[in-house]
Amino acid sequence: MRSPRILLLPVLLIVGWEVAAYFIDNPFVLPSLSTVIPILIHPFSTEYTLGTGSLVENAAASLFRVASGFLLAAIIAIPLGIGMGRSRFLHDFLDSTIELLRPIPPLAWVPLALAWFKIGFVSIVFIIFIGAFFPILLNTIDGVKSVKKTWVEVAETLGARETDVLTKVILPGSAPTVWTGLRVGFGIAWMCVVAAEWMPGISLGLGYLILYAYNFGQTNLIIAGMVVIGVIGILIDQVFRAGERRWFSWRSLER
Amino acid sequence: MTLVIQDLSKEFPVPNQVPILALSTISLTVGEEEFVSILGPSGCGKTTLLRIIAGLDSATSGSITLDGETIDRRSSQMAMIFQEYSLYPWRTVIDNVTFGLEMQNTGKKPARDIAMKYLNLVGLAEFADRFPYELSGGMRQRVAVARAMAIEPKILLMDEPFGALDAQTRNMLQKELLEIWEKTKKTVLFVTHSVDEAVYLSDRIVVLTPRPGCIREIVENPLARPRDRTSPEFARIRRHVLDLINESSQPKEDLIVHPPSL
Repeated sequence: MRSPRILLLPVLLIVGWEVAAYFIDNPFVLPSLSTVIPILIHPFSTEYTLGTGSLVENAAASLFRVASGFLLAAIIAIPLGIGMGRSRFLHDFLDSTIELLRPIPPLAWVPLALAWFKIGFVSIVFIIFIGAFFPILLNTIDGVKSVKKTWVEVAETLGARETDVLTKVILPGSAPTVWTGLRVGFGIAWMCVVAAEWMPGISLGLGYLILYAYNFGQTNLIIAGMVVIGVIGILIDQVFRAGERRWFSWRSLER
Repeated sequence: MTLVIQDLSKEFPVPNQVPILALSTISLTVGEEEFVSILGPSGCGKTTLLRIIAGLDSATSGSITLDGETIDRRSSQMAMIFQEYSLYPWRTVIDNVTFGLEMQNTGKKPARDIAMKYLNLVGLAEFADRFPYELSGGMRQRVAVARAMAIEPKILLMDEPFGALDAQTRNMLQKELLEIWEKTKKTVLFVTHSVDEAVYLSDRIVVLTPRPGCIREIVENPLARPRDRTSPEFARIRRHVLDLINESSQPKEDLIVHPPSL
């Protein structure tokens, strides 16, 4: 049985937390679980969130921002990656610039985002876009390059035109790697949204919520917010993994 | 149907050096319903020759015509079967076989019927809805044969298609290929480095010399099929072909001579 083993450490941590909270006896440093759980089991209530939006409203706001920035990144990065994977010229033209921009952490763009897009939705989406863009782009390039030359040649000898090769060989052949890029990109985007919501002038979102809770000294709400952030992150990752098993199992099974 | 290769040469450029001459003055005519093997050691350019015929590479000089017209790789007059497994792993067996038909905008239903016909021919009809990873190497190459045949090309180009298979599977597929060939009477150009395979399969064997690849001799093989690998006539032709290769090549380790199967 695997399940007792994988649950062992979380259970120990929770027990240890409760014991530590009892001895520290300071809810600002470490609140007891009994003050965190009520918040989590009333996700639609604003009573537990100090007058700001409920957990669900905050989570929905964050998810909407992430989805916007992520989709924008995917729409630009996937075609660009296909182009760069297919065309030596385009690759050489863009590669040095991309390598230069890639190591800059998404959060280092915050001041520039504020200068360009002012406070608000667009700035947040921009930060998320930066976070999701590079993993999607690099995986797409890798995916296109991993398409076997023989697959393309078979298609050509069977009468495929350029567009057939693209849609019937390159796209399905690179799809598993692109999917991995989307999964990684979404993970990073989700991390970015929390910090992006710390920008001034934001009044909803999980990132905003935990900073707001900090200003009121409500550590139990901070932890509840963190739990929600973590759980949503896991759930979305699982959705991507399920898609991988459902559609792209051929990649791992192929010898 | 006549394939005419005239004075074909191929050079590969090497930076700051004299280009490597891979093929030199190859002339060959292949007619209707012929089974012709191109035999030679590794590096003699036999695969390059086949790729040029398929239109996947271009010749440095010389010409290739099929019924008087120059070759276009997308013409579907020829289909190629590669040595490495080339099935699309994301498609089922039948969807692999219909690939070429999709390219020609054949309707879904007729394409399926044609594909089933050729899957029947290679004995894999019951595997139509499986995925390639569920198939053995020999079965995958059978599907590749069905996929190539489905577009009804005039010539089937085969580049060491059984090279990656074990000896038993290889012999079985050779036998099956001949049965299919006798049923469909397609012209086949078959590249191999196995003398045994060439003698077993072909009407004519084009023996190439290594570096640069030139035609050493074209050996006629009049033996009636099915051929007996243990017969004296078979051995005589094999001996002759082997001698041709031995006198023109030094790297003998490149040659695989299969012992006659009992």
